Amino acid sequence: MKPLLTIAMLVVPLLPDSGDDISVPYTQFKLDNGLNVIIHEDHTTPLVSVNIWYHVGSAREEPGRTGFAHLFEHIMFEGSAHVPEGMFDIWLEGAGGVSNGSTTEDRTNYWENLPSNALEMALFLESDRMGFLLEVVSPEQVDGQRDVVKNERRQSYENRPYGSVWEKFPGLMYPPDHPYSWPVIGSMADLSAASHADVTNFFKRYYGPNNASLSIAGDVDVEEVRRLVNKWFGEIPSGPKLPELNVPMPILSEEKRLVLEDKVQLPRLYMAWHTPGYFKAGDAEMDILASILADGKNSRLYKRLVFDMQIAQDVNAFQASQKMSSAFIIIATARGGHTLSELEAVIQEEIDKLVSDAPTDRELARAVNQFEAQFLRRLERPGSFGGKADLLNSYYFYTGDPGYFAKDLERYKRMIPAEVSASAKQYLKRDARVIISVVPEGKPELAAKEVSP
Amino acid sequence: MKTRTLPSIMALLAPFAAALSQVPDRSQPPAIGPPPEMKAPSVERLWLKNGLQIILVEKHDVPLVQINLQVMAGSVLDTKGNFGLASMTADLLDEGAGGRDALELADAIDYLGANLSTRAGYHTSVISLNTPLRQLDAALPLLADVALKPAFATADLDRKRDERLTAMIQARDEARSIASVQFNKAIFGKGHPYGRSASGNAAGLKALTAKKIGKFYNKYYRPNNAALIVVGDITADEIMPQLERYFGSWKKKRVKTPKWTDVSQVRGRTIYLVDKPGAAQSEIRIGRVGVPRNTVDYYNLAVLNTILGGAFTSRLNQNLREEHGYSYGARSSFNMRPHAGPFTASAAVQTDVTDKALTEFMKELNGILEEVPAEELSKSQNYVALGYPANFQTVARVASQLQNLVLYNLPDETFSRYAEGIYEVTSRDLMEAAAKYIDTGNMAIIVVGDRQAVEEGIQALNLGTIVYLTIEEVMGPVPTLGASK
Repeated sequence: MKPLLTIAMLVVPLLPDSGDDISVPYTQFKLDNGLNVIIHEDHTTPLVSVNIWYHVGSAREEPGRTGFAHLFEHIMFEGSAHVPEGMFDIWLEGAGGVSNGSTTEDRTNYWENLPSNALEMALFLESDRMGFLLEVVSPEQVDGQRDVVKNERRQSYENRPYGSVWEKFPGLMYPPDHPYSWPVIGSMADLSAASHADVTNFFKRYYGPNNASLSIAGDVDVEEVRRLVNKWFGEIPSGPKLPELNVPMPILSEEKRLVLEDKVQLPRLYMAWHTPGYFKAGDAEMDILASILADGKNSRLYKRLVFDMQIAQDVNAFQASQKMSSAFIIIATARGGHTLSELEAVIQEEIDKLVSDAPTDRELARAVNQFEAQFLRRLERPGSFGGKADLLNSYYFYTGDPGYFAKDLERYKRMIPAEVSASAKQYLKRDARVIISVVPEGKPELAAKEVSP
Repeated sequence: MKTRTLPSIMALLAPFAAALSQVPDRSQPPAIGPPPEMKAPSVERLWLKNGLQIILVEKHDVPLVQINLQVMAGSVLDTKGNFGLASMTADLLDEGAGGRDALELADAIDYLGANLSTRAGYHTSVISLNTPLRQLDAALPLLADVALKPAFATADLDRKRDERLTAMIQARDEARSIASVQFNKAIFGKGHPYGRSASGNAAGLKALTAKKIGKFYNKYYRPNNAALIVVGDITADEIMPQLERYFGSWKKKRVKTPKWTDVSQVRGRTIYLVDKPGAAQSEIRIGRVGVPRNTVDYYNLAVLNTILGGAFTSRLNQNLREEHGYSYGARSSFNMRPHAGPFTASAAVQTDVTDKALTEFMKELNGILEEVPAEELSKSQNYVALGYPANFQTVARVASQLQNLVLYNLPDETFSRYAEGIYEVTSRDLMEAAAKYIDTGNMAIIVVGDRQAVEEGIQALNLGTIVYLTIEEVMGPVPTLGASK
């Protein structure tokens, strides 16, 4: 990858100090069955990562079956026609590999990291579950993973302080018919109701090669990979063509407030607004806004709430980017003796300031420089979540262009301060937001109270 | 593990199909060639004139540089009544230094896109810098300021102390934190450095003053008691003059390290049941005193633990997650330190199966004493040895490997010898190691869960004496903020 720097020197930079060249060279092609394939060579370590995105997430779930896309992700590890139950990971680990998967509202991804000689093992395992899963899935397997997922839910939500927020949040943010209006993990009742027939239907509809993208990054040769991918995936028939899921960004017609009591010592405030989808106009501005508000000691909210006033233990802000539309979220935990109303008042003041006056050049540059360095750090790992194979698939899914790295970074580098405040004004409205207070049991007086404008 | 008979017709047809139409043979997993050899990073050891050791690994794939200053100044050096001293000292290093206050310093670092962090563990304090190569010239003097010219202002101490005390209040919400506090106490005892959290306790933090912190810093933060790790898109020729320039003025001084108190092994089996009313899951920790990093059983235990609870297909995870669905995941570890750290088996399990889960834990802990089948041994050896290069993919991970070389005084060949060491392990080695270290009759068992729901079931198991505890008894009274009067 060292040659990249040389290329960067040859290309005339757009800006006087445009920094390091950020790109991941790749080869892309499609099999006849519609499977998109992306290959990137990186010979730094003798490892390869196989990464596959199925373009289905919880947003495609049917009413009464929330949590199914994620339950299905678990079932994908339980064996297929030529991979007996339990052998997926045993064979993989025996070859020196490791695997995982994850599910969001929009997509489900799976990856295997393994020594480069074992690439074909991962291709065999992935192609077998794409092509031959249903021949062996049994109701007992569904039950087994149902129990595991219920424990994942207990571990990540029920038994975790403040965890109940994320169960309630989607229902408050989105109207009941919106595909983002239920949590990815689903409800206990729906998880119990999922049947073997649901597995069959879901697989047939969403797990065809034409609804997936396979990305391979690491110590490999492009032509050899092309041959092996054809060999293992070529025989799998296409699934049905799927209509695009595209629901416009919802509009909240009012401010919605909710108070939850939890077994916690300190109250925590959650504020959320609807914002543009991943890579849509305005999305990067919200990332920058989040950084200016809560990233580092000099960020507006950290400096006031945590550093100067010391009425908060922590504050976070982030743009939770999703395909159709996103959410901008601010979270702050009050110190003992302070109420969430106090925190909310300061947060509102700081938002108001950013709406009326653009951030300084220094503030913007500080945020952009941090994003740029983050891009560099992403170039280090071929595998796992957020590694290069995963990023190539991510760019392909959200933008249609696996080579979006440089364009993605450009979104931040070309931004001017006025655009940041314009976005704050457009999206962070007082009368269209969700505010959740989580307070210690029996202490509703600590919640963020409605304020008259 | 349950096995399933392959549909026989498929197995018969597959080879024909493969021959006729380029369809792959799926009747068995593909044969894979010999694994590639890892090129172990070549380690350069250099010294500044003042005795500061520089350990450098070149890594040119991405224009980033990681520089970690590791000082032998961890919480084991905390003095009685000042638990939290090492950790607060490390915490305050980047809260103002070299004439910049905390905000100015953070602004300077953030503006470069660099990350700078400081933290203390049991034996070391580490200042880590990760920066784009093109900002190194600007970032390096900031790192040197943080390391050599910290301000230790009382206002910053007061602010960080309240943050820490508040975090201690919050830890009471987390069953995981409660379990880990009680586990360390049960294994090592409150009086031992490993029996406490490296971040100290409330009384210790409240007793800290800027003066005590300055004294601790002057005593232990010395070039002869530290090593500077450099990894990234840079060579020794390029960076050494810079390091001499910024770290050359650091003054040597003799550092005396207090004598280590050895721990006594856990005797008998005690169950500590910490009541967390209404908990949806029980947090389980089972273990005893394990081994130091320099143990002769290092490779044996790496493989043994992988089989028991160090991988997805390990026995604990297969049993508690895949076979029984009691948990989202179960695992085990030998936490190796300069002195014997803990061996721990752990999981969060559904409340109503807490007793059954404990039975399965004991079954697997006893089962690992039996001879391990050859296939399972070789699977685990491959998993550990062939996955090893992943430790060298980022500058940050390489740096952390190098920190271990220094901390444990390991030879440079450690990396290139690793796979060999793993493959030399035999099933007989495993049996001997298991017999030595997995002594199920002498273990502490921690359960943090809903006592009312789990008590009866646990009693019926007759695993040992049950000690009932409240969160207050484990975590102490809720601390007030501020310094002690």
